[in-house]
Amino acid sequence: MAVTLDQTIAHKQHSFMSRLLATQTFWVVVAVILACLFLSFATDSFATPKNLYNITRNVTFVAIVALGMTFVIITGGIDLSVGSVLCLCSMILAVTMHAGYGIEIGIAAAIATALIIGAFNGILIAYLGFPPFVVTLGMLSIARSLAMVASNNTVVFQFGPDHDKLLALGGGAWVFGIANPVFYTIVLALITGFVLRWTKFGRHIFAIGGNEHAATLTGVPVRQIKVAVYMISALAAGIAGIIQTGWLGAVTTNLGNGMELQVIAATVIGGANLAGGVGTAFGAIVGAALIEVIRNSLGLLGINAFWQGVFIGGAILLAVLFDRIRNFRRSD
Amino acid sequence: MDFKIAVSGRSWGERAAAEPQAGKQGEARRLVAVLELTNISKHFGAIQAVNDVSLSIEPGQVVGLMGDNGAGKSTLVKMIAGNFRPSHGTMQMDGKELILHKPVEARQHGIEIVHQDLALCNNLTAAANVYLGRELRRGVGPFRILDYAAMYKRAGQIFAVLKSETRPRDLVKQMSGGQRQAVAIARTMLSQAKIVLMDEPTAAISVRQVAEVLNLIRHLRDQGIAVVLISHRMPDVFDVADRVIVMRRGRKVADKTIASSSPEEVTGLITGAIEQVS
Ligand SMILES: Nc1ncnc2c1ncn2[C@@H]1O[C@H](COP(=O)(O)OP(=O)(O)OP(=O)(O)O)[C@@H](O)[C@H]1O
Ligand SMILES: [Mg+2]
Repeated sequence: MAVTLDQTIAHKQHSFMSRLLATQTFWVVVAVILACLFLSFATDSFATPKNLYNITRNVTFVAIVALGMTFVIITGGIDLSVGSVLCLCSMILAVTMHAGYGIEIGIAAAIATALIIGAFNGILIAYLGFPPFVVTLGMLSIARSLAMVASNNTVVFQFGPDHDKLLALGGGAWVFGIANPVFYTIVLALITGFVLRWTKFGRHIFAIGGNEHAATLTGVPVRQIKVAVYMISALAAGIAGIIQTGWLGAVTTNLGNGMELQVIAATVIGGANLAGGVGTAFGAIVGAALIEVIRNSLGLLGINAFWQGVFIGGAILLAVLFDRIRNFRRSD
Repeated sequence: MDFKIAVSGRSWGERAAAEPQAGKQGEARRLVAVLELTNISKHFGAIQAVNDVSLSIEPGQVVGLMGDNGAGKSTLVKMIAGNFRPSHGTMQMDGKELILHKPVEARQHGIEIVHQDLALCNNLTAAANVYLGRELRRGVGPFRILDYAAMYKRAGQIFAVLKSETRPRDLVKQMSGGQRQAVAIARTMLSQAKIVLMDEPTAAISVRQVAEVLNLIRHLRDQGIAVVLISHRMPDVFDVADRVIVMRRGRKVADKTIASSSPEEVTGLITGAIEQVS
């Protein structure tokens, strides 16, 4: 016999290159790069510092929330409340600081709010068996309403004694001249990627999304992990809210309205599967980038903004279509 | 015995491979039961899945557990594996009371199980599935990361022992029925078990692989490990088992040595044509 059993077992079926070419994320990256190249040549206004500044800033807020959402989606869940949670956390931060408390207290209050909401979602889903869609849909409504209550539906733009610190937190560029929101996004993406690939927690998240029953049978602490992923998702929304508050310098109760759909779109375009078990940190980032580039380019190319939804929706369908084609090919 | 001590750092699987000629240790069997169930019942709401079952299993014994669909076989072994808690009754291991809250505790006691549905995650690799719930990590303190290399290596060694052409890095999604079964069986070989529970391990695999699984069961037995084999295949049970236990509608209706029974009798017990034998 030419090939021994040991050789078969040791054989790696796919090379690095073939695996790379088979990922949806890779092709989305290609699409983003091509779009950027095209826009740089086709318009004068794309590759300007000011436009790039706008794009990167807009990408970061969606991207940070999408990183948190990735955890939830990998477990096979969904979190529709992120936009409202972002708004509520921003508002808690703003109202606390406006009342004269320092930035540390404001941030602590915002983070605590996020974690409590995440835990609430998670416990209803994991321990009481509520469907994630319903729980987080309810929270979408509750959190935004609470934000209105907290601010009496006013715009907050005075952040007390630490006003300047907060604006610097969101608007500054403390490390190597990289704008702070971009820097935070990179750090959070690296942490997310690390957790998903290298920790037991990350492995268990994938297991739950792949086969929750099997995870339970083999002793994975499924319920605790589910609570944790909804807390992470809310935390990501809270962090994005804090940064966005510092960057905008004002909070309205409209903040993050409809953001959940953009975030979910970003993760799906980046290769996450809503059925669970698949998703990456990098995918969430490039998904967010592609959406923003599409939005930005329509403006620059002078296409009526009403078409935006068509193009973003088309991108979602294309990304998923790509995944389907790959599966068809494999099943041949 | 000396040999056993010399390689005690390795799992039984390798040892079995290293010592294929190991004689049956039947004569040296201790009489104390490794596992003893007393009046175990389990109900799910109004469904009485297991009803007042008592049994004891000795080290190195292979027990065939048979019964019709829904007889309560899987439920019984899941209680032993820490997946369900009994509604009534007690379990003892090596003479000490055994209370299990979760599967991890059962594994710590040396109880391993191959689940009927195999309990595999399609989106993970074979190695990841083998180690599911007990991943190997390296590093210190909070900075412990998954040890991919060690898990691939160990899983590969186990597949070699199982004579299964299963690649540790492949996704379970693309695997054949036999390979999937090998992955599920490999889990039981990660540590030195005292009892291995196999819930229909030979369903959906080829004749050659059935023979492989039966050989494996004999190896386990020779190591002094007790095996509970759930199967609907009469020849398999009569081939490897020392004893056969028959369940019907949650009750134990027979518990005899293979030598004193026959396939006809067991069939009668399963269907209810024979009410009960002692
Ligand atoms: N988690 C559960 N919840 C409710 N009922 C259950 C559960 N698990 C098993 N049952 C019921 O308990 C009874 C025994 O089921 P069990 O799976 O133990 O049978 P089995 O002997 O393994 O059958 P098979 O040969 O088909 O695998 C069945 O009536 C089944 O419907
Ligand atoms: Mg069963």
